[in-house]
Amino acid sequence: MAVGEPLIELRNVNKYFGALHVLQDIDLTVGRGEVVVVIGPSGSGKSTLCRTINRLETIQSGSIVVDGRPLPEEGRDLARLRAEVGMVFQSFNLFAHRTVLDNLMLAQVKVRKRGKAEAQRRARELLDRVGLADQADKYPAQLSGGQQQRVAIARALAMDPKVMLFDEPTSALDPEMINEVLEVMRQLARDGMTMAVVTHEMGFARYAANRVIFMDDDRIVEDRSPEEFFKAPESARARDFLSKILKH
Amino acid sequence: MDVLTQNFSLYGRGLLGTVQLTVYASLLALALGVLMAAFRVAPVASLRAFGTAWVTVLRNTPLTLLFFAVMLGLPRFGLILPFTAFAVLALGCYTSAFICEAVRSGINTVPVGQGEAARSLGMTFEQTLGAVVLPQAFRAVIPPVGSTLIALAKNSAIAGSFSVTELLGTYKPLNEMGYSIIWSFVWIAVGYLLVTLTISAIFTVLEKRWGVPR
Repeated sequence: MAVGEPLIELRNVNKYFGALHVLQDIDLTVGRGEVVVVIGPSGSGKSTLCRTINRLETIQSGSIVVDGRPLPEEGRDLARLRAEVGMVFQSFNLFAHRTVLDNLMLAQVKVRKRGKAEAQRRARELLDRVGLADQADKYPAQLSGGQQQRVAIARALAMDPKVMLFDEPTSALDPEMINEVLEVMRQLARDGMTMAVVTHEMGFARYAANRVIFMDDDRIVEDRSPEEFFKAPESARARDFLSKILKH
Repeated sequence: MDVLTQNFSLYGRGLLGTVQLTVYASLLALALGVLMAAFRVAPVASLRAFGTAWVTVLRNTPLTLLFFAVMLGLPRFGLILPFTAFAVLALGCYTSAFICEAVRSGINTVPVGQGEAARSLGMTFEQTLGAVVLPQAFRAVIPPVGSTLIALAKNSAIAGSFSVTELLGTYKPLNEMGYSIIWSFVWIAVGYLLVTLTISAIFTVLEKRWGVPR
């Protein structure tokens, strides 16, 4: 897969939660069509990094450029940019008061200003793609975790985003449901979607990623191809991390 | 019993006055209350400050004092309205502060992720609040809003002291006509019960229909 020009560029990004320095001098580029997987121990700043890209978390210094434009401040410009950046959350966050179909249609109609019929057609097409065409009229609470997460992915895709952010998409799932979500993500990656994925799934990192980012203590420690990273991590911290999670 | 049958139209006018005050002031309180709740959670600091000031001032002012302020104060600024309209304004604004806080606590029951998901899809603050957060908050605020509106119905009695026709005020002419004060008040109480139990019934239906399922 050819990796194009940069779609997301973070330069010298710093973020604090009060006195806590949670992102330190982060430089990261995600090219068009690239799949970048961010791994690292809990509390290393991976999720925060992911959430800064569509400004669900604000930063104190540095710059974030998405598709050639600096991330706007709060307001309509920011809303417009967020429509181009799909996001999938650890806790799914499907709209609890709306059916699956409505979940997929709401932002299409309100943000993309599509007609009801067109939005519904697109919604059903995407539900079919994630294997949930028969669940359209159910409410989120009636679905399993894996199904909810696949709906959440379809909901983000309905906006036709340029890039998809995944914030630990399988961490809240039962083990047997993880694969159905990863399969949807692998398919997306094969179709050429630009993706930034925070995950603990090493199998996904190894086989679906173009690059692996290893974070520890609020900074990026390694940024390499998955083959190199998993065969011979450069830092002692990454070796230690891998030895702990790959043994069992 | 004679008090009621012989003065049915007097009681009727009083009850109608109370119902009118309650309905119009409730509509005003609901509209302003939801708007102020939206202000209080808005991303704009000046709106948040306005909402906070609104609630602080109105919630902490005795209602009678507020009536005086509206009835005597506003005409000085050239705003002259019928007494009933002034009463609706005073009652509605006062109650909106309580509605605002009930709605805001309802908003706080909606998980943060719901709003984040809406924003991540490109929805604006207004769209997020209107299409995702408020519909879910609505379910949680039905009981406290019902209580607040019942309180409003009873508070409307204060308007009687400001030349507005309402239920409590009917005791004065009845008293002058020499009817038993006790029975006059019993039928007034029954009138208030009619209003408040109707509000209760409406909110019970709303809760059955829309309330948070357990």
